[in-house]
Amino acid sequence: MRAFTAILAKDLRVELRTLQSLPGMVLFAVTTFVLFRFGLDRTSLDGSLAAGVLLATVLFAAILAVNRVFVAERDQGGFDAIRLAPVDATAMFAAKAVGLVVYLLVLEAVTVPVFALFFLDDWAALPPLAAVLVLADIGLAATGALVSSLATGSRARDLLVPLLLLPLLVPLMIAAAGAAEPLLAAGGPEYDRVATWLAVLGLYDVIFLLVGYGVFDFVLED
Amino acid sequence: MATRTQRGAGGVEAPDSPATQAPPAIRLAGLWRELGERVVLEDVSLELAAGESLVVLGPNGAGKTTLLRILATLLRPGGGEAAVLGCRLPREAWRARGRIGYVGHEPLLYRDLTVGENLRFHARLHGLEQPERRIAELLGRVRMERRVEELARNLSAGMAQRVAVCRAVLHEPELVLLDEPHAHLDPEASELVEPLIGAAAGRTRVAVTHDFRAGLAAGGRVLALGHGGTVAYQGPADRLSVRDAEAIYRGAPR
Repeated sequence: MRAFTAILAKDLRVELRTLQSLPGMVLFAVTTFVLFRFGLDRTSLDGSLAAGVLLATVLFAAILAVNRVFVAERDQGGFDAIRLAPVDATAMFAAKAVGLVVYLLVLEAVTVPVFALFFLDDWAALPPLAAVLVLADIGLAATGALVSSLATGSRARDLLVPLLLLPLLVPLMIAAAGAAEPLLAAGGPEYDRVATWLAVLGLYDVIFLLVGYGVFDFVLED
Repeated sequence: MATRTQRGAGGVEAPDSPATQAPPAIRLAGLWRELGERVVLEDVSLELAAGESLVVLGPNGAGKTTLLRILATLLRPGGGEAAVLGCRLPREAWRARGRIGYVGHEPLLYRDLTVGENLRFHARLHGLEQPERRIAELLGRVRMERRVEELARNLSAGMAQRVAVCRAVLHEPELVLLDEPHAHLDPEASELVEPLIGAAAGRTRVAVTHDFRAGLAAGGRVLALGHGGTVAYQGPADRLSVRDAEAIYRGAPR
């Protein structure tokens, strides 16, 4: 637990000090909403289109952070430091995944209101939508941390991360869109189909957290 | 601490009465390692007792850093046997971790953390309770106490190396592995770090150096690696002349 808190605290401290990831993510997401607004020439979205615009934007903004999540560890010796210490290396995976969840929550706290301002007539969907986003964030972070750790040693990291990550996130996107679509329905939130998709999202999260926990030790080995 | 030894098969120097000896701090038998297609270490065998010093010499590409990283549990052996602090590698590497201090080519400092934050981070990884006194003491000994709030990115290479030495001995390791520990250090700074990582610190110590004159003068044991990672010499420092060491660097057969 001490390694987990040490790595997480270190990462958040560095991000607060350098602002390397979050401002870029927020700017990307807001700019994308602006482009959708004018590209679609619509002042109001609902249903699957609204869910798709929101989730795809969050996903692509997340990739900016996923790309960077292990850069300091590779370039500045964090991988060696963790292997020289008497700690479980999976603490690093857990800390990176939780760090990504924090980034995504901050991103969404800023950009979901912007999305609602641009595209939603009715903001009643936002509270239940938060549950969908949190579950999607956990899955995205777990998968992202795992893929980033695999790709970080490669010179083609910026290409490898999306190439590996996006196919793995297809089930997550299907489930998240399936849960968000009825919440963003034109006549107001509909809840009858949401629970099933939330369960699928939860299952995805558990699977990828377990996979990350199981394989991260081997990823760190030479 | 050093015991009278006799040379065994494969260049291993076995203690005279193993039953009465503590397990060696380092034991290698037929160790080899490839990086890609290239063999960088070949049939390295040695034993180093607790408290002994070993200087590793050899030309560029002889596998010195690879050997040190294997001993630090950062690289897996390709084959042969390797045990550090009584732990067989790689299977029991987890038992050795936390008992080793490592100074490598990189200082292992996060550039966007201050000197103090970096050392506190490593202290937490090693489970040190209330490390502030230890950090202040170490920084004082290398005259870096006034830089504690400075970002690591703003340190010169020599200053970063001094902090790296503090980081390596923060948790009072039993074994220190030093890859060119005096790199970037001016003579005064070298003298400052020597009590922390030198033979006088009482720790088992393996140091890689290109300064073979200083390495031989330091005494203790010497492992000289030739081109291709083969063992060119292994034994007491006082039995290897400067001329022979020069020949090893030039690749001439000894």
